[in-house]
Amino acid sequence: MLSVAVKKSRGSFSLDAGFELPTPGVVALFGRSGCGKSTLVNVIAGLLDADSGRVALDDLVLVDTERQLSVPPERRRIGYVFQDARLFPHLSVAANLRFGERRAPAPHYVSLDAIAGLLDLGSLMERRTHQLSGGERQRVAIGRALLSQPSLLLLDEPLASLDAARRDEVLPYLEILRDRLAVPMVYVSHDFDEVLRLATYVVLMESGKTIAQGGVGEMSLNKSLRSIIGADAVGAIVDGTVLGVDPASGLMRVKVGHGELKVQAASVAAGAKLRVQLLARDLIVATQAPLHLSVRNILSGVVTTVSSDDADSDLVAIDIGGTLIMARVTKAATRELALEPGLPAWALVKSVSLRGHSFAAPPATSIARRDA
Amino acid sequence: MMWLSTSEAEALSLSLSVAARSVALSLPLSVLLAWVLTRRRFLGHTLLDAFVHLPLVLPPVVVGYLLLVLFGTRGPIGSWLERVLGVELIFTRNGAALATAVMSFPLMVRAMRISLENVDRGLEEAARTLGAGALDRFATITLPLMLPGVLAGAITAFSAALGEFGAVITFVSNIPGETRTLPLALYTALQTPGGDTAAARLALISFLLGLSGLLLSEWFARRVRRMLGR
Repeated sequence: MLSVAVKKSRGSFSLDAGFELPTPGVVALFGRSGCGKSTLVNVIAGLLDADSGRVALDDLVLVDTERQLSVPPERRRIGYVFQDARLFPHLSVAANLRFGERRAPAPHYVSLDAIAGLLDLGSLMERRTHQLSGGERQRVAIGRALLSQPSLLLLDEPLASLDAARRDEVLPYLEILRDRLAVPMVYVSHDFDEVLRLATYVVLMESGKTIAQGGVGEMSLNKSLRSIIGADAVGAIVDGTVLGVDPASGLMRVKVGHGELKVQAASVAAGAKLRVQLLARDLIVATQAPLHLSVRNILSGVVTTVSSDDADSDLVAIDIGGTLIMARVTKAATRELALEPGLPAWALVKSVSLRGHSFAAPPATSIARRDA
Repeated sequence: MMWLSTSEAEALSLSLSVAARSVALSLPLSVLLAWVLTRRRFLGHTLLDAFVHLPLVLPPVVVGYLLLVLFGTRGPIGSWLERVLGVELIFTRNGAALATAVMSFPLMVRAMRISLENVDRGLEEAARTLGAGALDRFATITLPLMLPGVLAGAITAFSAALGEFGAVITFVSNIPGETRTLPLALYTALQTPGGDTAAARLALISFLLGLSGLLLSEWFARRVRRMLGR
């Protein structure tokens, strides 16, 4: 468990943040640029001192201003991946990777060979850092931080300075680390797609404050999100279980709630977890079982809330069996269909997008954190 | 060095020896001062900064005189050095090295400060999160990255030390074989009737020495830049 509750003022900006991350897991600090995400991460790392508050990782208290306790960053055992990589220019890639490893107290839970394998760094070892591409630089930076055998890994917008192609090159590595290592991570981002692919837990930040937090599915329905990602990106994130391939269509059958979706996806073994996004604007609500339609994906459930989205439209939340999805309908439709909590409803899903895979806890065979 | 006369060879090797001692003396101290002046803010910062730069604006004779007062046999520091460490500065090449070190100190500190200011503090922060303590960070990150400035400072100070005249002659006089460096030998030649040729030869030696110093410094700087990948 990583628990953070800190205050920090810098000029006219003030940070007042608190969250608790169940470990291991990936918590995304999400918010607009300038909302204090980086400041918060720097306080956790110890590069900035908190004015007041407490930071603790499991039983280890890192900051407690009441007891005037603040562990210096070099003894916190927190890995930090900076947006600009910050590789040491006078050292080779191998020497950069070993920098933290050499200073980490034994026992080490991950070796240089293992990291080189996970991040495909083998061919880069003897290179100088200025000979690396942006994506390679970030991979080396991630490897270097992990080799310092951290109890927590902070990633401050590690992909923000990369173009789309480079980002897609690095993202899969981050997914691998999440699934294979049991190191808890704090991932700072202003890109919601990255958050959806990586996070297990989301903390929303706005002008220096943490305004909401919870699991990804829960947070995808949070009203505060709309102002950050825009109305068109609002929609439920649902973690489903793969049932198998539908022989007729060749699509993947994914169980969500008590319903089922057919999704275009590369072949995944039955039982695997898939994360899908159902955008509110892509759902059509019916109050009777729909017939004779071209739409293949229909989920049935019960309306739980109807809330105003803007002047013309409402957001309708539907419980499809322990899982909530959300549809945008016009206010006129709300009136004519008499949508209200408790009403049985069918959601016609016009499109589903896949947002990552495998969100189970790391398997027992993963490289374990030493105190995990 | 067959084509140099005995006294010329003596003056040349003495100059090199004095300059080397001078740089060895001032190098560690100026790294420390450059770091303090760049990275620390404290009461008296401006005063210390001004003090370091004083030799640039004072007449060298004044510096030589102050050294005499402080480091002379009866001076507070000089007498202590002689009594406790057995180090004699007056009329010795070590004294000449001290005088040139003081004179070239501002140049050295300045070169190091500029390169230290260019060291990305973010890299030191990164080293810190990787477990490196203060001295460790300085030795493994800061110092290697400011190496171009350290080298540039050392070479500039070395060249300046070869040419220092006023402070040396005031503090340690003009003794052949002990304190008569190239500029002092040149001055002596000019004072001697019929010494024109000797003076010209000494001037040429100084000229060649200075030129090779500059070329060497440029070559070093390029190598270091390549090493740092810039």
